[in-house]
Amino acid sequence: MYTFATIAIIAALTLAVTRAVRGPTIFDRILAGNTVGTLAILLLIAIGFLFGRPEWLDIALTYAFLNLIATLTILKYVRYDDLEYDSSEKGPKS
Amino acid sequence: MSQASSLDLLYLMIDVLSGAMILAGSFFIIVGAIGLIRMPDVFTRMHAVSVIETIGAGLLLSGLMIQAGPTLLALKLFFVFVLFFFTAPVATHAVAQAALSAGETPQLSEDRRSKTAAATPVNSNDNEGADD
Repeated sequence: MYTFATIAIIAALTLAVTRAVRGPTIFDRILAGNTVGTLAILLLIAIGFLFGRPEWLDIALTYAFLNLIATLTILKYVRYDDLEYDSSEKGPKS
Repeated sequence: MSQASSLDLLYLMIDVLSGAMILAGSFFIIVGAIGLIRMPDVFTRMHAVSVIETIGAGLLLSGLMIQAGPTLLALKLFFVFVLFFFTAPVATHAVAQAALSAGETPQLSEDRRSKTAAATPVNSNDNEGADD
């Protein structure tokens, strides 16, 4: 059961990495990167249960926080070319 | 004696239920990943990814929560579940917003806008923005 879940998540990870490598636009790559992060969290949890070491859940929880921040940061950099850009002050760039 | 056997039955039912949820979650994770590969443009791929983040992760984590029992472990799994519940739509919305503002247009099999507003007809096989 845990083994099946682990194998399924690894297969899904392979497909997501494939999309990240050959995605035609930058947004495909960002989306695939976000998916890889999500699947990495699930993989950590599944492997933790599989090997009887569910303490890895704490790492997964931390990673879940970082995943969102990483995605938003990359999106901001792609859109504005500048991580210090303050869109509430200057308004969104056209 | 009979109480012990009914307890055994209860544990068996819990095991079967959580196993079924974990297997269903794994199935939906694979379905979402296949959608990520096979869908034609960014917006439909986003739609496929949301399957992984909602029902795939939700069923997998719920099954593990049942398996863990009423412990701290189940609480942590619930935290991960809640985090997915809130962060996945935010991330998907941000990617969609950025893609739209960068000029990506959704691929349409028929352009319904041209029927109401008298716009120029759009080539249905065109991936990059043919309209405006």
